[in-house]
Amino acid sequence: MIRFENISVKYTLKSKQEVEAVRGVTLEIGEGEIFGIVGTSGAGKSTLLRTINLLQRPTDGRILIGGNDITHLRGESLRQLRLTTGMIFQHFNLIHNKTVFDNIAFAMRSAGKSKSEIERRVPEVLELVGLLDKAKSYPSNLSGGQKQRVGIARSIANDPQILLCDEPTSALDMETTQSILDLLKEINNRLKITTVIISHEMDVIKKICDKVAVMSKGEVVETGDVFRIFAVPEHPFTKQLVNSTLDLELPRKLNENRTKRLFKLVYRGERAEEPVISETVRKFPVDMNILHGKIEYIAEQPIGVLILNLEGAKESVDSAVSYLKTRVAEVEELHA
Amino acid sequence: MLSLSVTGLITDLIKAFMETFLMCGISIFISIVLGLPLGLFIYITREGLFWQNRILHLIGGLLVNIVRSTPFVILLVLLIPVTHMLTGTTIGPLAASVPLSVAAVAFYARLVEGSLVEVDKGVLEAATAMGATNGRIIREVLLVEALPGLLRGLTVTVVSLVGYTAMAGIVGGGGVGDLAIRFGYYRYETNVMIITVVLLIVLVQVIQSLGELIAGETDKR
Ligand SMILES: Nc1ncnc2c1ncn2[C@@H]1O[C@H](COP(=O)(O)OP(=O)(O)OP(=O)(O)O)[C@@H](O)[C@H]1O
Ligand SMILES: [Mg+2]
Repeated sequence: MIRFENISVKYTLKSKQEVEAVRGVTLEIGEGEIFGIVGTSGAGKSTLLRTINLLQRPTDGRILIGGNDITHLRGESLRQLRLTTGMIFQHFNLIHNKTVFDNIAFAMRSAGKSKSEIERRVPEVLELVGLLDKAKSYPSNLSGGQKQRVGIARSIANDPQILLCDEPTSALDMETTQSILDLLKEINNRLKITTVIISHEMDVIKKICDKVAVMSKGEVVETGDVFRIFAVPEHPFTKQLVNSTLDLELPRKLNENRTKRLFKLVYRGERAEEPVISETVRKFPVDMNILHGKIEYIAEQPIGVLILNLEGAKESVDSAVSYLKTRVAEVEELHA
Repeated sequence: MLSLSVTGLITDLIKAFMETFLMCGISIFISIVLGLPLGLFIYITREGLFWQNRILHLIGGLLVNIVRSTPFVILLVLLIPVTHMLTGTTIGPLAASVPLSVAAVAFYARLVEGSLVEVDKGVLEAATAMGATNGRIIREVLLVEALPGLLRGLTVTVVSLVGYTAMAGIVGGGGVGDLAIRFGYYRYETNVMIITVVLLIVLVQVIQSLGELIAGETDKR
């Protein structure tokens, strides 16, 4: 659907210095996907995203949308591209002096929609984002989450094929973030809009994306299914980003107690819901104690860690461990 | 005797107010018609905006600065030929309106540019991303978002104009300020001067409050 071919973006600063914000990015975003771009501040995420609707022109490379090269579009054809590409922003960017209704009406008038069409469609999109009663309010009277909902309503009013989201939840609290992400997911599901979402938080990516590209210093260092990225990150930078998901801090006391045999079990994928633990205890004469654990579901697949203490004869424990190794992704003995 | 001079004063005052209103009215009208587009022009030719054009931006800014840095009295004299050409005379309130308008246009253009610069770039960018044409963005986003600022600027312009009209007395423009100068400065009639000055203060206060009220009404931030 969206294809970046060797995209580079250079900014020329006032001091004539050049900054290469995006370097040789090649990337493919599939139709209907929710595609995440993650990276630290200044990695070039916004710059890359903004090339999709040419708010930022690439210095090098090509961008194809649905097979058409859009890199050099200008004037009316550029406007047409933008009419079919919705965008939402971290700071919402609503017109302060227009009501919610008029904000959305503005987007539709820009697309040449008739008055009757606007009268019909605006309540429809407001209903979809759950703000039908706020049509006559001004943005300043809305909460952050509500403002973003208006932003979303505005961005989909013209039935776009693509929705670009630049840090859509970074100005919101955790609860509101969740509800906005749910809404974006629902819209993606219902309207099949290809959604590209930028975030510096792995959490956001984890919650709604199908695929993700990891950016660092202007380059895409790794890309893949969200689950794969979390389960087996390859690039050191990615590892650092996803670390918190698989790493568990053991309390100091346990860590120092060398008399007990501790094992770390790592789950990656469908095996987490199988009764691995109880089966092991039934099959081998060992006692098992779960000391710590965390399991998360990413793209509906479990991923997580358990820290166990196994007690019993050495041979029994060893064979229990060998058995466990056949059932979960990884078993590692801690300070063995 | 006393009542006669009071009636005379009242007639003088009414005439003076009419002259002030006429001069201010004309110049305000002209500054909206010319100053607003000029300020908009200077803004949109800025770097990184709609019709970026360094040269035109500089020329516009220079024009405004030349007028603004010229003392009004000198402007008044310098513009006499233009005034004569436009109004066929060089004295009276109508003639005085010409230099007043020129000063007001430059003054307001700067204030317009200032309030346009204040408009959130993100909002303009969002409108661009929506595929709105530049014309529509200017009319429906830029000017709408800047409206409270534009109105406040207009208020400041009117208030300054009231002050300038006093100097327009030099070319026989008349007006309230001129009245105060004539009575107070040349004729030592301090009472009359105080009355007119108080009236001027009231006038300015009314304009300022009215401007604030209207601007506040349009500001939904
Ligand atoms: N208009 C600009 N002019 C010059 N340099 C810019 C401009 N915009 C961005 N940059 C630089 O390009 C680099 C990438 O910026 P970008 O905004 O794309 O990063 P980002 O990943 O979106 O970061 P953030 O999470 O902070 O939004 C940064 O070093 C930034 O300073
Ligand atoms: Mg950014």
